[in-house]
Amino acid sequence: MLKIKDLHVEIEGKEILKGINLEIKPGEVHAIMGPNGSGKSTLASVLAGREIFHVTKGEVIYNGENLFDLLPEERAKKGIFLGFQYPIEIPGVSMVNFMKTALNEHRKFKGEEPLSASDFLKLMREKKELVEIDSKLTNRSVNEGFSGGEKKKNEIFQMAMLEPKLAILDETDSGLDIDALRIVANGVNKLKTANNATVVITHYQRLLDYIVPDIVHVLYNGKIVKTSGKELALVLEEKGYDWIKNEME
Amino acid sequence: MEFDKILSTYTVIDQLADLYDNARSSLYKYAPPFINELREKAIKTLKKNGFPSTKKEDYRYTDLEEKFAHPYKNVFSSPLIDIDLNEVFKCDVPNLETHLVLTVNGWFYDKNAPLKGLPEGVIIESLKNVAQNNPELIQKYFGKQVSINNDALVAFNTAFFQDGLFVYIPKNIILDKPIQIINILLSDNDLMSFQRNIIVVDENAEAKIVACDHTLAPYHYLTSQVNEIFVEKNARLDYYTMQNEHNASTQLANTYFNQKENSSLISHTVTLHGGLIRNNIYSKLDGEGAEHNMYGIFLIDKNQHVDNYTQIEHAKPNCYSNELFKGVLDDYAKGVFRGRIYVAPDAQKTNAFQTNNNIILTNNAEMHTKPQLEIYADDVKCSHGATVGQLDEEALFYMRSRGIDEKNARLLLMYAFAHEIIDQIRIEPLKDRINNLVEKRFRGELSKCNNCSYNCREPEK
Repeated sequence: MLKIKDLHVEIEGKEILKGINLEIKPGEVHAIMGPNGSGKSTLASVLAGREIFHVTKGEVIYNGENLFDLLPEERAKKGIFLGFQYPIEIPGVSMVNFMKTALNEHRKFKGEEPLSASDFLKLMREKKELVEIDSKLTNRSVNEGFSGGEKKKNEIFQMAMLEPKLAILDETDSGLDIDALRIVANGVNKLKTANNATVVITHYQRLLDYIVPDIVHVLYNGKIVKTSGKELALVLEEKGYDWIKNEME
Repeated sequence: MEFDKILSTYTVIDQLADLYDNARSSLYKYAPPFINELREKAIKTLKKNGFPSTKKEDYRYTDLEEKFAHPYKNVFSSPLIDIDLNEVFKCDVPNLETHLVLTVNGWFYDKNAPLKGLPEGVIIESLKNVAQNNPELIQKYFGKQVSINNDALVAFNTAFFQDGLFVYIPKNIILDKPIQIINILLSDNDLMSFQRNIIVVDENAEAKIVACDHTLAPYHYLTSQVNEIFVEKNARLDYYTMQNEHNASTQLANTYFNQKENSSLISHTVTLHGGLIRNNIYSKLDGEGAEHNMYGIFLIDKNQHVDNYTQIEHAKPNCYSNELFKGVLDDYAKGVFRGRIYVAPDAQKTNAFQTNNNIILTNNAEMHTKPQLEIYADDVKCSHGATVGQLDEEALFYMRSRGIDEKNARLLLMYAFAHEIIDQIRIEPLKDRINNLVEKRFRGELSKCNNCSYNCREPEK
C-alpha cells in the first residue's frame, strides 16, 4: 500500500528526516515511536501533503502512485487520513457543513451522488456513536471551544466518516485521560479491516495496550533505528529511549 | 503641481456653483423656506471650502475630486420612466413580506403601489410631497443632526436634493412587516443624483427597515444620499442597508442616527458591490440607556473602493455601543475603515466596543484601518481592535487534508468570516438571502437581489 524509500525532508534548511525506509501493507497496524524531536510528526505531515516541508531525496509510492505528485486533497480522496496532533479550530464553519463538504468531495471522486440531507445526518449519528462524541459538538464550529479530549475524538469521528485506506494518527493519545483514550482506541479498532492500514504515532506505550500493533518502529534523529514486533514497545516502556540513544552512540 | 490641484478643485466647485444658479428655481420649487435657506448656506459653504482633498486626514485614501471631474448629467425634475418598475422589479426574497417603496434616481417613484395594511398614522411618503404639503412634519427633524460646515458631502446634498423619503412611525406603533426601500438608478446617460431621507421612529415604537441600492442601467453614476434617522425614547429600530451597484458607480452616503433614552438600534451596512463607496456614518447616543449595535461588511474585488468612515458619539451616560466592521478584499481593491468613538465628559458608565477585521486575498489589495478613541469621562469601558490578515493557512490545510479542494476551502473560510456579521440580521428571510448573495459573490457569480430583466453590466471605459 505505502512504500517509503530513503526519504529525506528539510524545513528551513534543516534536515529532519534523514533517510526513512518503511513499507505498509493492507491490514497492518504500525506503531512509530520515538523521543521528542525525532521527526515523527514531520513524517506524518509530509505524507498528508503539508507544503512547508521540502523533500530533498527519496520517494513515497502509494498504491502505485508517486505520492508527491498529489495535492493534499487528492491524497485524502485516495484514502490517506491524517489525525492531527493539534486539530485546528475553524470558527464560523460548522462541523456539519465541514463534514458534508468533505464527504461529498470523496463521493464525487468515487463517482457517487452526494448524500441526501437525511442520509447524511443518519450517517453522522451512526459514526458519532462509534466514538461516543457528544451530539452537541457537531452543531458547533469545527473544534471551536472543544476540550483537548473532544478534539481528539473529533479526529476519529472524521476518520469514521471518511473511511480511509491509510490512517496516520499523530499522537492521538496525547492529552487524553484514560476513559477518552479507551474510547478513541475502541473507535480505531472498530474501523480496522483487512483492507486498510493504520499508522499510530505515539510517545508512550500506553495507547498500544488498546491498539495492538503488528509492527513497531523506533524513529530517532530522523531515521528508523529499530523495527520489531509489538514486544518492542514494552521494552521501550521499561528501558526508556536512552537505551536506544546509548545503542546508537 | 500643488497649484494645479487647487485649481482643478475650484473648477469642479465652480461648475457646481453654476449648476446651482441655473437650477435654483427648480430646486426651490417644492421646498419650504426653511429648506431653501439651508440650501443657500450649503452652496455658500461648499463654494468656500470645496470638497476635501486627499491632503485631509479624513479623505486621505479616497479621492473625490477625480470622481467629480467626470461629466455627469443632472436632471432636476422627476424622471420619466415609461415602464412599470413594480412589475420589473419584483423582489424575489422568499417569504419576505414587506411594505415596499421604490425610488428612482433619488426621486420617490410616482407609480409606487399604494401601501396596504399600514397602522394608522404611519407615513411612508415622498419627502418632496411632505415638504410641499405638510412641511411642519419635517421641520423638527430636517437638517437638525447634520453639519454643512463639517461635512462637504452634506453641504453638497443639502444644496441639490429635491426628493427622497419621509418615514414616520408614530408613538407606540409596532410595525409587524419590515419596510423595504429600493433605490434604483435608471437612465439613458451618465447621471448625478441626490436623495434625502428622513426616518423617525417615535417614542416606544418599533420598526425594521431594509434599504437596497441598485443600478439598473450601464452608465456612470454619482449618487449623494443623506439619511437623517431619529430613534426616540424607548423606540426600537433595525436598519439594514444593502449596497449593490455596479463598478462605474460612485456612492456618497451620509447616515446620521440620533438616539434618545433607552432606545435600541441595530444598523447594518452590507456592501456587496460598487465602484467607489464612501459611507459616513454618524451615531449619537443622546439619551441615557440607549444602545446601538453597528455592523458593516464589504466584499470587494477588481478596482472597487470602499471607505467606511464611522463615528459613535456617547453624549449621555449609561449608553452601550458595539461596532463590528469587516472587509474582504480581492484583486486590486482598496478598503478604508475609520472608527471614531467619542465619549463626552459627562458620559459616565459608557460601554463602547469596536472591532474591525479584514481579510486580504492578494498582494495588490490594500486596507487602511484606523481606530480613534477620544474619551473624556473617567468611568467607562471601551475597547477597540483591528486586524488585517490573510486566510488561516493552518485551517486551509486542515480542510484540504479532509478532501476539500483549496478553492472550496477558501470559500468556506470566507463565508465563515462574513457570517459573523450576517448572523446578526434579525429578519430571517433577509438573512438567508444575504447569506446566499454573499456566497454567490464569493464564487464570483453575479449577485442580483432581484429577478429583474435588466442586464446591469458596466459601461465601457
